[in-house]
Amino acid sequence: MTAVLQTAPVEAVPNYRVSLRKFTRNKLAVAGLAVVLLFLLFCFVGPLLHSTDQTHTDLGQVNLAPGGAHWLGTDAVGHDELGRLMYGGKVSLLVGLAAGILATVIGTLWGAAAGYAGGWVDAVMMRVVDAGIAIPALFILLVVSAITTPDTAGLILVLGLVSWLVPSRLVRAETLTLKSRDYVLTLRATGGTHTRAITRHILPNSVSTIVVAATFQVADAILLVAYVSYLGLGVQPPKTDWGGMLSAGLTAAYSGRWWLIVPPGLAIILVVCAFNAIGDGLRDAFDVRGRG
Amino acid sequence: MSGERERVLEVEDLQVRFATDTGEVPAVCDISLHVHTSETLALVGESGSGKSTVALAAMGLLPGNARASGRVTVDGTQVVGAGEAELARLRGRTASMVFQEPATALDPLTRVGAQIAEVIRNHRPLGRAEAAREAIELLRRVGIPEPEQRARAFPFQLSGGQRQRVVIAMAIANSPGLLIADEPTTALDVTVQAEILDLLRGLAADSGTGVLLVTHNMGVVADFADRVAVMLNGEIVETGPVEEVLLRPRHEYTRKLLAAVPRLVFQGEDPAPRQDAPVVELRDVRVRFGRGPRAVRALDGVSLDVRPGETVGLVGESGSGKSTAARVALGLIPPDSGTVSLFGTDLARSRGRRRRALLSGVGVVLQDPVASLDARMSVAECVAEPLRMHRRGMSAAERRARVAEVLELVRLPKELMARGPRELSGGQRQRVSLARALVLEPRLLVADEPTSALDVSVQRTVLEVIAELQRELGFGCLFVSHDLAVVQQFAHRVVVMRAGCVEEQGPTMSTLLRPRSEYTRRLIAAVPVPDPVVQRRRRAGVTV
Repeated sequence: MTAVLQTAPVEAVPNYRVSLRKFTRNKLAVAGLAVVLLFLLFCFVGPLLHSTDQTHTDLGQVNLAPGGAHWLGTDAVGHDELGRLMYGGKVSLLVGLAAGILATVIGTLWGAAAGYAGGWVDAVMMRVVDAGIAIPALFILLVVSAITTPDTAGLILVLGLVSWLVPSRLVRAETLTLKSRDYVLTLRATGGTHTRAITRHILPNSVSTIVVAATFQVADAILLVAYVSYLGLGVQPPKTDWGGMLSAGLTAAYSGRWWLIVPPGLAIILVVCAFNAIGDGLRDAFDVRGRG
Repeated sequence: MSGERERVLEVEDLQVRFATDTGEVPAVCDISLHVHTSETLALVGESGSGKSTVALAAMGLLPGNARASGRVTVDGTQVVGAGEAELARLRGRTASMVFQEPATALDPLTRVGAQIAEVIRNHRPLGRAEAAREAIELLRRVGIPEPEQRARAFPFQLSGGQRQRVVIAMAIANSPGLLIADEPTTALDVTVQAEILDLLRGLAADSGTGVLLVTHNMGVVADFADRVAVMLNGEIVETGPVEEVLLRPRHEYTRKLLAAVPRLVFQGEDPAPRQDAPVVELRDVRVRFGRGPRAVRALDGVSLDVRPGETVGLVGESGSGKSTAARVALGLIPPDSGTVSLFGTDLARSRGRRRRALLSGVGVVLQDPVASLDARMSVAECVAEPLRMHRRGMSAAERRARVAEVLELVRLPKELMARGPRELSGGQRQRVSLARALVLEPRLLVADEPTSALDVSVQRTVLEVIAELQRELGFGCLFVSHDLAVVQQFAHRVVVMRAGCVEEQGPTMSTLLRPRSEYTRRLIAAVPVPDPVVQRRRRAGVTV
């Protein structure tokens, strides 16, 4: 007896097709997807077309302005800036994607376990999350970076371990509603196992929430890597990432060498905005709740 | 009839179409109707007939994707195509609306007195104190005891029936000429429903308000309406005085609709009692929700059993504990004390594999046709799930064959196997649930309000399928329902629950025809019968 009524039976349109159509209708999200794909191509295929030496310094070629052989000029130790943007972007994107996904996986498992178990288990697990959220992630990162010098894998691990809290809250909320759905109750009342309830019903039905959360997590992780590296605590030279490039170029910017700071800065902004646009598009397409 | 009376609502050639992703869907096609002062027109029909759309159109409340054309005038003002400002003057003043769900119609954070006063001050230049006084007077008029205190209550502090009274008080606050009530009693218990209908009837008679009552319940129509319009697929197929339409329906559809309404019968005999060992037995079960002094006793010493081949109807008002009792029987809620034995085994003492094996003999059908099936699975997967759980050795081909067999049993065409639940109607979904419940040939079927979300005609086929399969397969059935007429038709024994206790239990006919407790008698008296003459007689004879 609802207000909006339909006389004809709903036409058979599969779920994902509807979502896909909604997503492609969102111009900003499609643009975001294009930007991310372009950057992936740029960073991972680009070096094959524009091969540069990013390990050895070349003191004969320092601080060249854009033009000639170096489209984006060179930095203070003679690395080609365009090549460096690809080289640094590899690290930024890889760490961002991997850390975002790791955070989402940990958060999903934690949140699903807490929500499904309920009672005091849930209370304890969620207080852990509350406590974690109360400590700024950047602070933990700085402490960890001060103790050890992280390599790429280490950075992924640390970032993943500090940013799973928000997805865990989202998934817990989703699990709480799903576990009291009639089909889960029916399953439990007819002798179905907990494993089956979680793996066959609860997680598949939260996939949309999880995917949306993951997109935002990746954006946040890319930004976090940039923070950490900007403060000089990320991957160490001669390796670099966009944040590290910003940090290295900062002094040069005052002497008018804009090409050392504008390209990595723009790259960070573009990629982070693109991931957020994709996240927004997915959220609307799946029709799920947003962040936090 | 009396044509000289003023028409407060006049609808002429109203058409409403909804724009959806899959194209335009017509909801209302060229309907015309009118409501006089101090008369009640009931708009009846099944879900999807467009009756609610008509009500919303009359208030100018159609959603954004609706396109309306035609003429709808409320007290002389054209509503279709009117501007927001004009509609705002109309709503709450000339015409007001009572919705189905009182819980969501009220602002949970505002005291009810203030909410009523707000409606008054929106349309009349009254002072704060004056409006507050009038609000209390309105609460008194709608029969709320101690209105001075209750005006200071928040909605959550009131019962469902009292909340609906508050909604009605808001609706009549500015003495509107037209009151539109969309399923005003559907969310309420039968006893409360009778009181609310009494109230509405009294108010309409006192103040000369015209009422447009939208409902699917023929009993409510018989109880309350002067004239009836029957809707089918967006069109009015029959209209006339209530006695005419309900007792001598002319249209085929009206006849079908009336025939499908479960009716209380006033004579009958008990079936022979069954002697076999019970499939499920609750003994002195107590369940408490919460802890400490605020704990709620959901079940307080409940004992009941179900024997093979019989249906036990569990009835009572909402909050009486009937659903909790069913969930205890299913092992979903562990009792604080007392025992539950399933097929002769104590459920509390069996764990792990043994408990799952025990539970494989149980089938479950729950109330909500949407939430009962996982929307991601196809019909075949839904039905096959118990087989995957308990018949691990079965091959995919065997499983398919068994699923096809059960779907045929519940009379669903094979073509639906690959479809998703969202492509099915409510009745079809409940039959899929039933197929899933029966696929393992259970010895016990627990059905919690399996048909209360369905239209009467669909309800009837689903119930018939269950009854027929029970005769064939011999399972015991615990049937939870708020509808006494359905239980009377369908159950061999009945258990009446009230506030967590069993008020009385016994064979269906003798219990419902000669109830021992006052409570059961009240429940029965409150069931509306789709016959205006009988209804009037009962109303005069039985004091509620």
